[in-house]
Amino acid sequence: MNLFLILVLPLVAALISWLPLGRRTAPIVTLLACIVVLVLAGEAALKVAAGARVSAVSEWVELDGLGALILGLVAIVATAAALFSWGYVAREEDAGHLRRYYANYNLFVSSMLAVPMLVEPALVWTAVELTTIFGIYLVAFDNTAEAVEAAWKYSVLTIMGGAIALLGFIVLYRATRFGLAPFSWSGLITLAPRVPPDVLESSFLLILVGFGAKVGLVPLHTWLPDAHSQAPTPVCALLSGIKTTLVLYVILRLLPILNATGRINIELWAVVIGLISVGIAAFLILQVTDYKRLFAFSTVEHMGIILTAAGLGGTAAHYGAVYQILNHSLTKSFCFFATGAVLLAVDTRQIADVRGLIRTSPIAGAALLFGGIAIAGAPPLAVFLSEFSIFRSGIAGQHYITTGLLAAFVVVAFFGILHHLNRMVFGEASPAATDSLPVRLPRSCVLTLILAGAPIIILGVYMPPPLHRLLQMAAEGITR
Amino acid sequence: MQNLAPALSSLNGLAAGAFLLSGFGLLATRQMQGCVRFFRLQSLALVGSIFLVAVGAPVPDLIAVALLDLAIKPLLIPWLLRRYVPEEVFRRREIEQVFNIPSSLLIALILTLAAYFLATPLPLAAVAMANINVPVGLAGLLLGVFMLAARREAVPQLIGIFAIENGSLLTGIAIAPRLPLVAEMAFPFDMLIIALVIGILTRITHERVGTTEVGALRALRESSAK
Repeated sequence: MNLFLILVLPLVAALISWLPLGRRTAPIVTLLACIVVLVLAGEAALKVAAGARVSAVSEWVELDGLGALILGLVAIVATAAALFSWGYVAREEDAGHLRRYYANYNLFVSSMLAVPMLVEPALVWTAVELTTIFGIYLVAFDNTAEAVEAAWKYSVLTIMGGAIALLGFIVLYRATRFGLAPFSWSGLITLAPRVPPDVLESSFLLILVGFGAKVGLVPLHTWLPDAHSQAPTPVCALLSGIKTTLVLYVILRLLPILNATGRINIELWAVVIGLISVGIAAFLILQVTDYKRLFAFSTVEHMGIILTAAGLGGTAAHYGAVYQILNHSLTKSFCFFATGAVLLAVDTRQIADVRGLIRTSPIAGAALLFGGIAIAGAPPLAVFLSEFSIFRSGIAGQHYITTGLLAAFVVVAFFGILHHLNRMVFGEASPAATDSLPVRLPRSCVLTLILAGAPIIILGVYMPPPLHRLLQMAAEGITR
Repeated sequence: MQNLAPALSSLNGLAAGAFLLSGFGLLATRQMQGCVRFFRLQSLALVGSIFLVAVGAPVPDLIAVALLDLAIKPLLIPWLLRRYVPEEVFRRREIEQVFNIPSSLLIALILTLAAYFLATPLPLAAVAMANINVPVGLAGLLLGVFMLAARREAVPQLIGIFAIENGSLLTGIAIAPRLPLVAEMAFPFDMLIIALVIGILTRITHERVGTTEVGALRALRESSAK
């Protein structure tokens, strides 16, 4: 029942936000809905971790380890972004525009919450499509020529991907002709040994190409830096932090189905496409000139890392993959909150125009530096631990070449990110910045930075036992 | 029922032929209006094929899907585009495209041949009379992708997306005619929302950027920054 509540609450919030009830109503309602959803999702995830069966409609709306992990992440990032929106979007003067922002925000969140809860693949496809569509307005929110261009590229490429993936899902349905199991993620695993491998493999490739465009895997990544740099910051945090991961989660759901046949070598596809994405993104990071694009390319890199880890095979590597999903979502959303703070402080997206940020706006500068170090994978922060566990499992599994290449690309990206941020944060303050008075960041933004930053540090040194169990269950969910 | 099968099969062949032909038409036409017209024709061919599969398989559910598709694709979507896309955009006659029309058609021909080879690993149609839907739908999908890449105008790109979806469905209906009705219903509604959202986006693009020639949108690139 609670699962339905998680879906319905944001829809109600969307409706209330859309009604003209004063400037304050929409942000308050959105934030409240997100917090309640977060509590409900956390409770459901704890139940799953304790081994209970959480199901609203059997074989349609259910939650397993992997689903619970993703659901929790969506709720966390959505709540943090709602809090950040409070102060960030308040600059918008047009009340109608603001209301539409919050209405779309809630619809977007609701559709994202639906994806991990649905276990019927065709409905999952629909939910993923809806996340894409509700995202379009949010990307174009700033209503500048650049934002409209970004929204256009985003919608055309990702909707095209969705249409291609649709055929993949229909072909997947064909599998139900070979047995009596229902058309659901777990049902397909029991069916898989009896299905001709061609059917599953062609379905996987269609979905990999189609949804790969939505994840931002190279070569269909070109929309991603545009959309993730032009969208308002809270939306960037949602898009980069969780939406791309959410689509990747659907691709990962197919791995155990294909592995159950025992005859298809899809690991190779995952590793090759994953490594290409990591490599290209790592070198593109070196030459960015816009700091929001920097983190957008870092998202492409991390999606590649997760896909590669999933392709390495074995429980250890899959544990690394889901661990990386967790840490990436938390850290990347924090990074975008930090860029939002910087944007409020200096009002430019160009790396070259920002110098000595730590002097002009200490909070924004420190947050940016911390986010950069965390996402690049420096010890002892969370991303370092998950990347390290991926490398270790790769070496233990004797995938020396793959692990070596992955490590090399990650190091390139590490230096790329820190090189750019170093120039922005330290050094003499640029004349443009010293002329203007130090900007006071909205209190909600500072609060978000503190709340979103805390788990990155905590997860670096301490892993709560229920979370560890949830990650193990999620890893088993990919391996099975 | 048995004696009807050959007739249904040839009628379905006719629908598939019309589908493929309108896929070529989408690439050959120079006018915005023509694009919409060929999309209508293609959708009607799709609806016809769904209807024939519904009768031939037989899957009564599919009749509802066919009716819903009939209401949404050839009727509602063009109406929505008319309503939301500025009139000026529709009056345009010469649509920018990357290749000229003869070479576009040549590439389309190669893509169609490729579709026939790509269709071999795909499972055969569950409904024997609709076997032809698998390669033709796949060809429609590839032509849609090509249209998306080669056309530089907003509306034809949008129609390219719908053509991809049409191709997916034409293949899909034949491969898995018994997909749960909830899912089948969700697909056309999804297309409707896409038409609405992108239609509005096209209008905003027209207002903000002054053109719907999306090929000319290149403000966001790595090199554009100082």
